Amino acid sequence: MYSYSDFDEAFIRSRVAQFTQQVERRLDGSLTEDEFRPLRLMNGLYLQLHAYMLRVAIPYGTLNPGQMRQLAHIADAYDKGYGHFTTRQNIQFNWPKLPDVPAILTALADVEMHAIQTSGNTVRNVTADHFAGAAADEVEDPRPYAELLRQWSTDHPEFQFLPRKFKIAITGAEHDRAVIAAHDIGLRIVRNDKGEIGFQVLVGGGLGRTPMIGMVVREFLPVEDLLPYVEAVLSVYNTLGRRDNKYKARIKITLHETGKAEITRQVEERFAELRPLFGGNDQKLLEDIREAFAPPAYRNAPIDAYTAFHKADPVFRAWADTNLTAHKNDQYAIVTISVKEHGKTPGDATSAQMRVIADLAEKYGHGDIRISHEQNVILPHVHKSDLPAIHAALAQVGLGTANVGLISDIIACPGMDYCALATARSIPIAEEIAVRFKELDLEHEVGPLKIKISGCINACGHHHVGHIGILGLDRAGVENYQITLGGDGTEQAAIGEKMGPGFAYDQVVPAIERLVRAYLEIRSEPAETFLQTVRRAGLGPFKTALYETEGAQDAA
Amino acid sequence: MSRSFTPKVVTANRLREGDVVYLAADDRWTQFHHEAELIDDEAHAQLRLLFAAAQKLYVVGAYLADAKAGPNGPEPTHFREEFRTRGPSNYFHGKQADHAS
Ligand code: SF4
Repeated sequence: MYSYSDFDEAFIRSRVAQFTQQVERRLDGSLTEDEFRPLRLMNGLYLQLHAYMLRVAIPYGTLNPGQMRQLAHIADAYDKGYGHFTTRQNIQFNWPKLPDVPAILTALADVEMHAIQTSGNTVRNVTADHFAGAAADEVEDPRPYAELLRQWSTDHPEFQFLPRKFKIAITGAEHDRAVIAAHDIGLRIVRNDKGEIGFQVLVGGGLGRTPMIGMVVREFLPVEDLLPYVEAVLSVYNTLGRRDNKYKARIKITLHETGKAEITRQVEERFAELRPLFGGNDQKLLEDIREAFAPPAYRNAPIDAYTAFHKADPVFRAWADTNLTAHKNDQYAIVTISVKEHGKTPGDATSAQMRVIADLAEKYGHGDIRISHEQNVILPHVHKSDLPAIHAALAQVGLGTANVGLISDIIACPGMDYCALATARSIPIAEEIAVRFKELDLEHEVGPLKIKISGCINACGHHHVGHIGILGLDRAGVENYQITLGGDGTEQAAIGEKMGPGFAYDQVVPAIERLVRAYLEIRSEPAETFLQTVRRAGLGPFKTALYETEGAQDAA
Repeated sequence: MSRSFTPKVVTANRLREGDVVYLAADDRWTQFHHEAELIDDEAHAQLRLLFAAAQKLYVVGAYLADAKAGPNGPEPTHFREEFRTRGPSNYFHGKQADHAS
């Protein structure tokens, strides 16, 4: 993976030194909170409901074992022994104390990590397919481009005060695991008729208050045009984007207010100005970056032990059948480690779990670890013969749950247990749904079903693209949950449709159960997934199941 | 006392630790909601908020939160404020743990 250059190292160290002084000046009173807030946000430090929260960037979700161990160390030394993996492939610490933050940032810098641009109206952490470089269905590894974009966007002087935050996602496969259509810019690596590599470019996707699927603005953008084109998009947005109304400031609104044709014209015009200014150094840099992402030295060994174990051990088989994905090398598998044990907080890993993951990655996984936007951890390169040992080690620390892609593999944002913006809780709803379906022992029978929960309209929990989406609201001082159906975050991206009146906190789990039972009843065959059934049968039967049960519905 | 005014407490987060505190009648910042000063006059509430906002070295983000009188002192009326008196529901962390004996 990519290692910091001297330039990166010096930059990060100088930012830590700068923020250390800013914290000192805040603590001695030379800076007021109004002066300090933007400075701390530029360094990923938020003030939440019960404490500060530090959001640490994990560029395109990639970590090495040393970095994972350092996160475990930070969790133990400065927090409460755990971290929370987020839907933007980052990690958040929920309990840092302000005077400790400079030491935490130093500890991060020691392993080439930071918290810069994890907040504020800048280009945020560039996210990517968490199976990048490993997936069997990949055209090309998207990480070198993600890294190029990271370097270009970090501290870019023109883009530190955009109208609003700006999110870029990239995938190298046809099957979209990075939800690119819900990003300000979504990039999909494609091959044209001549066999050349380029990008399909989507602009203006986003969730939140006004959910929108991105529009394709270029079917094929050559590799060498990537930076000037992205810069052109940002430059036009920086000029046209609204600064008078926070809720209308994202590029998706600019796009709709200005019109796709006009925006595209302006972007192309700006691109024509910018393109000649990129003299080829970006391509030289890209070449260097590519070398850092060379595939690992795959082992060539028999996989008989795996095949035998798979046949013999039903627990291992259940795990292998849900948590493994096809690797481009057929002796290998991609392991998704579920951070979704039933009844536990989605995406929370203890320091002990982080250390086990780091050890396994080092011993069996070519030292590569990924964080997925679905709040799980990935070992992208595992030789199949090592899978039984990995499963056994994971099972011992609560990481062996066989539920990836199933109903208990829920995305949940921190909600009102932590987040100052929340209108309701999301974590306990997720915990209770998972526990209920474990009791019923139904989730393997139900099959692929993505539930996503947000604690407010900002939609960090991606509820709009959940097959079942749950949005927590405050209705007259009481938590109330709105359910949407039919959302999809893949290449067939769709925004879920609202079902009807919301449900009280204690009515959400029974409501979800009714939806799932309705699905089991009306699916044409077991192979028809929940989402396929919703698409075929429409919302009608699900609405009936949700609302025609007396006393279950709330008046909101 | 104005009839339309919902009683308030002044609350904030501590600058260094980030945890939730309430302003007491004797100008102390307390970690307990029931020790807060319950303010039932709008003008007085604004004065107390100004006082709180001036404590720049001690607290951040002071605001007025709705509250009501209870047997042991003021109680929150909204669930958000109730969570702030306790801590998160997924772990025994925050105030509920700090004050467990
Ligand atoms: S969706 Fe709302 S409650 Fe959830 S993390 Fe985002 S801002 Fe907070």
